[in-house]
Amino acid sequence: MISLKFSAGALAIASAFLASGAAFAQSALVKIDGSSTVFPVTEAVAEDFQKAKKNAIKVTVGISGTGGGFKKFCRGEIDISNASRPILKGEIEECKKNGVEFVELPVAFDALTVVINPKNTFAMTMTVADLKKMWEPAAQGKITNWNQINPAFPNAPLKLFGAGSDSGTFDYFTEAIVGKAKSSRGDFTASEDDNVLVQGVSRDVNAIGYFGFSYYVENKDKLKSVAIIEKAGKPAVAPSPETVLDGTYQPLARPIFIYISTKAMAKPEVREFAEYYLAHGEKLSKEVKYVPLPSKYYKMGLDRLKAAQKGTVFGGHADVGVKMDELFSRKLVN
Amino acid sequence: MAYAQTIEQIRERIAEHKRWDLVFAIVGVLSLIIGVLTFVALFLNMALEGVPRLSLDFFSNFPSRRPGQAGILSAWVGSMLVMLVTAVVAVPLGVGAGIYLEEYAPKNIVTDIIEINITNLAGVPSIVYGLLALGLFVYQFGFGQSILSAGLTLALLILPVVIVATRESIRSIPIGIREGAYALGATKWQVSKDHIIPYSMAGILTGVIIGMSRAIGETAPIITIGALTFIAFLPPAPFSAEPPYVSFEWLTSPFTVMPIQMFNWTSRPEAAFQVNAAAAGFVLVLMTLAMNGLAIYIRYRLRKNLKW
Repeated sequence: MISLKFSAGALAIASAFLASGAAFAQSALVKIDGSSTVFPVTEAVAEDFQKAKKNAIKVTVGISGTGGGFKKFCRGEIDISNASRPILKGEIEECKKNGVEFVELPVAFDALTVVINPKNTFAMTMTVADLKKMWEPAAQGKITNWNQINPAFPNAPLKLFGAGSDSGTFDYFTEAIVGKAKSSRGDFTASEDDNVLVQGVSRDVNAIGYFGFSYYVENKDKLKSVAIIEKAGKPAVAPSPETVLDGTYQPLARPIFIYISTKAMAKPEVREFAEYYLAHGEKLSKEVKYVPLPSKYYKMGLDRLKAAQKGTVFGGHADVGVKMDELFSRKLVN
Repeated sequence: MAYAQTIEQIRERIAEHKRWDLVFAIVGVLSLIIGVLTFVALFLNMALEGVPRLSLDFFSNFPSRRPGQAGILSAWVGSMLVMLVTAVVAVPLGVGAGIYLEEYAPKNIVTDIIEINITNLAGVPSIVYGLLALGLFVYQFGFGQSILSAGLTLALLILPVVIVATRESIRSIPIGIREGAYALGATKWQVSKDHIIPYSMAGILTGVIIGMSRAIGETAPIITIGALTFIAFLPPAPFSAEPPYVSFEWLTSPFTVMPIQMFNWTSRPEAAFQVNAAAAGFVLVLMTLAMNGLAIYIRYRLRKNLKW
């Protein structure tokens, strides 16, 4: 009698699906995975794309980090990889081994933003050298006070908040500030969840942290952004869509990408999705608080897609401070 | 300590013991209050934030970049289907293993080792199951990142709980019932089928549902095997109007589950998504409570029918 009840319950659940009318025939599927930074843009595109296609094409988007995404991408498990940094040499080789070739498309810009507590009045501008002194591995356990960074700063404990080591954000920040990807001190509050960092910095007067621009925009009332001086003699530049677009916010402005497998491009649904991405990426990336590329670059991306120009312009290095036009003018390398 | 001599001394001794009794009672109540209040505070906080967000749309909408339009349809359907697979796999295996170990297995070193291992397995971190499942189910067996893989993973996770609950429940059956049946010439299977299983059903179901309550909140192993974050369609329906009427295609469908949807919303920059996360959390707690409630009800019903 119990087992009867149990299966009755199962039947009830099952019939709920039937009732929901979600009977799909074998329909086309686009599989995407990768960076959590690129996720909001791709999610917005996927949402609108499915609506535009009246659900005839299904899109799934996962989050497994830029590195995790490339692993799946190079095994041929997914069609498109979201990436918050360019593909690296090791990953290109892994792809080659499995016969996976790709088209690299920059889809938007993100400004890594260094933030401080609103009550902090002394660290409104900082040089890259200051930040390096603060974050390099040699600082571990030694640089613990603001006045060690700059004698003009007060005698106050330094509280650091940063991205977790699995994120592309961590890779990019360390490359841009310390000079070597993944090279960072370890004694700071690390979290993959940027809201944890927002909370941390907003509650501690002596805190400093970094994360993507959208988290700063949404929390402007609780945080203050630091204007960055790239090197001595240059002006201090605060992060904003304008300073990212004119290339003055350096070196923390970073392009974000999607990588499309050429094999998957043979499928019409993947090609259609990629074209939709480039056609609507400008509007949608702005909507989710990213900095869109100027329109012409989306057109150049479309050309690259249509001509199926394979390879990356970064040659397998995590270059920082790449100017916008270089994304297309540099030579593609397989 | 010297023995009490006079009435006064005895009274004093008694009074002292009563004082200690009171102290322990206070400590006990305080411990209880700390535990309960923490849960109530967390739950109320979540409910106050999330409940106003609950509406029919919230259950029937897919995730969206616009917090106001985002819903948990794919998440709750995914959670239910994964739970279904988990129950279908874990219950027969767990109950079968439990009955064998209790009624059939000889008591020797091998069964001792198995017993110790089962108890230990119950304490293995869930991420370990996720990694095992990624290698075995997703790649080796080729089930892919599907509802089937997720259900099997969670089934493994709760299997030790089901086995232990089954055995505890069987042990509480008086030995006289077995002996009576054997005396009448019943085989082990007859004893198990007609007495052991029906009498221990209440305890077994309680164990199963406690295991399921744990499984529905699991995130780590499900992420490891590749559950998705954005998915705006449902798995294929299990029934159709044309022959063969029943389809198992949904088993291989990509999916997401409630805790993943909730986690994704908590990590979004917009404050409105935090409200969605609270609402999803509230629904998840209700699902767990409902399962526990079901366990209590079933136990009550079955205990009532016991004739001894």
